[in-house]
Amino acid sequence: MGNITFTLNHKEVEYTGKATDRLLDVLRDTYHLTGVKCGCKEGECGACSVLMDGELVNSCMVAMGRCEGSSIVTIEGFKGTKRFEVIDHAYAQVSAVQCGYCIPGMVLATEALLSKVPHPTDADIREGLSGNLCRCTGYNAIVRAIKIAAKEGEGLW
Amino acid sequence: MEKISESVVRKDHAAKISGEAIYTGDYQNPDILFGKLVRSSKARAKVLKVSVPELPEGYCYVNRDDVPGDNNVNIVKDDTPVYANEIVEYIGEPIGMLCGPDQKVVEDLWKRTEIEYEELEPVLDLRLATEALFNYEYEKGDWKAAFAEADKVYEEEFETGYQDQTYLETQAMMAEMLEDGKVSVSGSMQCPYYVKGAVMRAMGLGPDKVRIAQEVTGGGFGGKEAFPSILGCQVAVAAKKAGKPVRCVFERREDLEFTSKRHPSLNTYRVAVKDGKVTAMDIDVKFNAGAYTTLSAVVLQRGLICADGVYNVTNLHVRGRALKTNTTPCGAYRGFGAPQTFFSVEMMMNHIAADLGVDPLEFKEAHLVKQGDGTSTSGKYHYPVPLPDMIAEIDAACDFRKKYAQYQKEQTGRFRRGIGISMHFHGAGFTGSAERDSIKAVAKLHKLPDGSVIALGSNSEIGQGLRTTFSKIVANELNIPLDKVNYNYPDTDKVPDSGPTVASRSLMTVGELFRRAAIHLRSEWKEGEEQWVEEHYVQPDYMIPFSLNDFKGDAYPTYAWGVSAIEVEVDTDTGLAKVLGAYGNFDVGTPIDQNIVIGQMEGGFLQGLGYSSTEYMTYDNKGRIRNNSFADYIIPTSMDVPNLQIQLHVEKFPYGPYGAKGAGELPLVGVPAAYAQAVEQALQNGQKVNHVPFTAEDTMKAL
Repeated sequence: MGNITFTLNHKEVEYTGKATDRLLDVLRDTYHLTGVKCGCKEGECGACSVLMDGELVNSCMVAMGRCEGSSIVTIEGFKGTKRFEVIDHAYAQVSAVQCGYCIPGMVLATEALLSKVPHPTDADIREGLSGNLCRCTGYNAIVRAIKIAAKEGEGLW
Repeated sequence: MEKISESVVRKDHAAKISGEAIYTGDYQNPDILFGKLVRSSKARAKVLKVSVPELPEGYCYVNRDDVPGDNNVNIVKDDTPVYANEIVEYIGEPIGMLCGPDQKVVEDLWKRTEIEYEELEPVLDLRLATEALFNYEYEKGDWKAAFAEADKVYEEEFETGYQDQTYLETQAMMAEMLEDGKVSVSGSMQCPYYVKGAVMRAMGLGPDKVRIAQEVTGGGFGGKEAFPSILGCQVAVAAKKAGKPVRCVFERREDLEFTSKRHPSLNTYRVAVKDGKVTAMDIDVKFNAGAYTTLSAVVLQRGLICADGVYNVTNLHVRGRALKTNTTPCGAYRGFGAPQTFFSVEMMMNHIAADLGVDPLEFKEAHLVKQGDGTSTSGKYHYPVPLPDMIAEIDAACDFRKKYAQYQKEQTGRFRRGIGISMHFHGAGFTGSAERDSIKAVAKLHKLPDGSVIALGSNSEIGQGLRTTFSKIVANELNIPLDKVNYNYPDTDKVPDSGPTVASRSLMTVGELFRRAAIHLRSEWKEGEEQWVEEHYVQPDYMIPFSLNDFKGDAYPTYAWGVSAIEVEVDTDTGLAKVLGAYGNFDVGTPIDQNIVIGQMEGGFLQGLGYSSTEYMTYDNKGRIRNNSFADYIIPTSMDVPNLQIQLHVEKFPYGPYGAKGAGELPLVGVPAAYAQAVEQALQNGQKVNHVPFTAEDTMKAL
């Protein structure tokens, strides 16, 4: 079987392991991208969310074979962007980060949502976050942050 | 808003949002061995033989024979083994640990490890359990006479279920032997000095040979109060045997099944009523402790002290037992025994009011405690009780009284509404005199020549914002910029013991020590010099000394107060109860950062709603917990409660920093009763809701 070639945080990489390996494990163990958190490994909590060709996916539910030719973006690849800067600033203003474990996933969920719906309603936001569990905040602060980000990032999405 | 309450960017924000914060499982050192616990599959059995497959080089199996010190994890009592003794007491009890460099190899060895047992009869049913690990009883007034003279005596049983903390980062600890025979243990934890005491005992080492450090911690909620002491001892023993660092990070299922959670309870209330007023309560509380004592003594104490709620019950008899069953040991979870009894007493009061034909809120208001009244333990409410104002504020926020009256009228059709309200307090800080007698908190400030200051204490940032709020207090008193003050993740080699991160005490008690230390430093400030100051806890002198023998005296220095209201719409076809609005009004004194306190209140309130409705967890007839994944143990998502509104009512506490009181636990405690009352009203058929969680299935049954 050939190597798996894909784009990881905007750079082309070749993965030499198995097609059945879990993207989450590969990102953390092979590429040392530990901003991708493991919360359940069953596709329920969203802590391991990454962007796969712009779509939010649980990396624990993606086999490496599926990554061939795709573009994967983790928090490490997203944090240098202007959009991240806006999201970061919005989350900071309302103290939406508590324990922080869900947050890299939440930030990517925010990016995925705003990419589709640049001016989301509260209901859109809550739906956009519904695959990402947070036990600390009660979600209100994160919803507030996303509303701020949508406003302050006008034109970016 | 006071200046100190103005929100700032949290100290931990940047590292966490960028993914740069390194949690225990994130360290990439290839020398760290992967550790996996070998667990009992029987609820009670004698372990005859553990057959571990032949181990490749570099792999090892660790069990109780490898414990160099005492095979006991020091928590409150000493009955929790580091690794199981001959008899295992619950499914999941750790018997040993397999360690090695390659996770897949360890997992394969783990699968092939076989254990022979001689099975013993387990105790699983709380109703049939007889072994009381703790048994308390207290009384005040002449409750027997009040019952004899009553117009009517009411009796009802209430039941509450498990709740799992479900921090997003599972339990995770690692250990390493250093060259001089010293052991270093670090990980996800609330209480570094608890872990230190436990590791010293298990490893047979003195205080200078044990170093404990907190790593960035992904949530605690009580679940990382005592449990990391157990896992910390296990990895320390493993690291010694392996001669290499060992790390153990739990799988989610492992965490849900085998780590401590909120005690299920069974509470029987007998209440005497004369001339329309409650004259006495006789309360029997049973907590399911699980197989070992861990924190059950203190959890039960708090539950019992809260048993008569926010009401002035002058004749009171309370009995409580923490009963042993062969199940996962229960422990600390936000609220710490109080949610169980507050749920029970609030529903009891509602049900009595319904029988008397009076409005439940008015009935409760007629019994509220006020400043100067006696507490359940014959102490005193020394400070104003702001509940009447807080009820009015909640009413203004959600139109409670009008809606309640409206929903009392007959509703027809598929969707029916209800609204509930509950009142509660949270005794701020440790129960009784523990702060003075056993914790003896010490906090230090270290000023560097460049004028920056490091605040030193053992309280841990677990998401509640302590790195920020402690720093704000010190910066405020020294009148220096916030970026000149830092509070870091504690390391017992560097920080004094300012006590554990529990009981909503950190900000109120340790924060006040930092405030006083900063005042001290300010008065001695010398430009360009390195300086140290230290402060010690002193118990306020107004307190009536508390005696645990008879539950007499001030159990708490002060109280944080809460009023919660919840409005639901029940779908009578599916049983689903949609939360239309959730309203919390909380008095935690002065907020030392508005955003942080609101975040605590919102998060705690939503955990309370999960506890009330969907977070159902139980064990089967073998003692195995079945709800062990996020698919089976349902915590709230962002979709579940879109309308959650919090307000803060400020009643300052003169002994807390700038008037702050305990905050973290408060918002959860009152939610179950408010939710249950709302569902009960929506049911419209007189069915009593006397257990939580009250799931959609329960609603269907009640309909």
